[in-house]
Amino acid sequence: MPTFTLIHFQFLCWAALWTVGLSAIAFVGGGLVGFGVALARISSTRWVRILATAYIQVVQGTPLLILLFLFYFGIAIVGFKEVPAIFAAGLGLTIYSSGFLAEIWRGCIESVPKTQWEAAECLSLSRWQRLTRVILPQAMRIATAPTVGFLVQIVKNTSLASVVGFVELSQAGKLVNNSIFEPFTIFMVVAAIYFVLCYPLSTWSRSLERKLNVGRR
Amino acid sequence: MSAVVSLTNVEKSFGAVKVLNGVSFEVARGEVAAVIGQSGSGKSTALRCINALETIEGGQIMVCGHAVHDPKLDKKTLRRDVGIVFQSYNLFPHLTAEQNIMLAPTCVKGIGKAAARDLAREVLARVGLEAKADHFPEQLSGGQQQRVAIARSLAMQPKLMLFDEVTSALDPQLTGEVLKVMEDLARGGMTMILVTHEMAFARKVASKVIYMHQGTVWETGPGAMLDDPKTPELRAFVGSGL
Repeated sequence: MPTFTLIHFQFLCWAALWTVGLSAIAFVGGGLVGFGVALARISSTRWVRILATAYIQVVQGTPLLILLFLFYFGIAIVGFKEVPAIFAAGLGLTIYSSGFLAEIWRGCIESVPKTQWEAAECLSLSRWQRLTRVILPQAMRIATAPTVGFLVQIVKNTSLASVVGFVELSQAGKLVNNSIFEPFTIFMVVAAIYFVLCYPLSTWSRSLERKLNVGRR
Repeated sequence: MSAVVSLTNVEKSFGAVKVLNGVSFEVARGEVAAVIGQSGSGKSTALRCINALETIEGGQIMVCGHAVHDPKLDKKTLRRDVGIVFQSYNLFPHLTAEQNIMLAPTCVKGIGKAAARDLAREVLARVGLEAKADHFPEQLSGGQQQRVAIARSLAMQPKLMLFDEVTSALDPQLTGEVLKVMEDLARGGMTMILVTHEMAFARKVASKVIYMHQGTVWETGPGAMLDDPKTPELRAFVGSGL
């Protein structure tokens, strides 16, 4: 009867790299899309705001698991056979994080006092200049801590990518378990690796929050 | 004497509350007009209408040749001519005093960084704060922040300056330093409209006092009008204030 060995541990660590990679894709992709949606959400044009709100509602109201299934099978249906799992997983997680990041960032932008918009407007700055030169630099300070906090959610949620056959940390744990059947040991190790990935992030988020809450600067 | 600002029968409501009920007054070039009145008399709203921060429902407002009541008004060009200073300073907290001042000249007028920095030093000197150029707003006292805010407006070389209760958040000593800057500006020939509760300052510096009551201009006159009010409302207001 084979037992849990260094080889298995190495395999799990290798899979953890894919978890990190997938998290990075989800964060960068979700950040780019989410930033656009956050701006659309505060647009001066009504229908743009409505579209952005609808997008956020739909994404936030759909389980990530279902999003992943939809992309995995959906892409195949529109003609691309043999979708690489990383592509479907990356896309699903991107959409998922964009829906949440957009709403987090919208809140941060709106928490900059209205009088700052007004002061910039009275100095004859265009709406875009007001946003980029006055509001966003202040909103970014507010946004740092909750954004890093959300990063923890992304890392943990990449585990769902296993359902479309993507071998990241959770899926690797399942594979090892299928061969040696020591579920408790294996999933304890898997949980420990997740913790090692997430703990520094949440500590960082907390320290950022403390630092940035002192004064407005 | 040409009017820099003229309001004619201006009307404005917030919901069911009529805040401005046919306000008319004129301010000529180089004049310093002090708008006084109780809280809720519509004086701050009138000031904000001049700068198109509020849209009006009736009447006409002409400011430096711009038809402010016109829905097709280009607000950006209006605001190159009109500076405004707020009660709560509204400096940009992520920028130093100097950067606060440089922002609009570089963004709006396309002035180069070096020239904008010279300009910032010059206007900071006018408000007596050249030593604070590299300080962030939170490192400055309320009075200093307000003087930086005045300098920030001056850097755009406006033809008209609006002051919205700029000393209301300050203690008497800090109020004094801000009022001194405003007095210097007035002496330099700047056209100014100030909403204020500083009666002594209004009497001393203003060439015209506009007393607003219940959303209309109740009484207008020179600073000395405060010593000899014609209407019982102004008499009561001045009596309670001094």
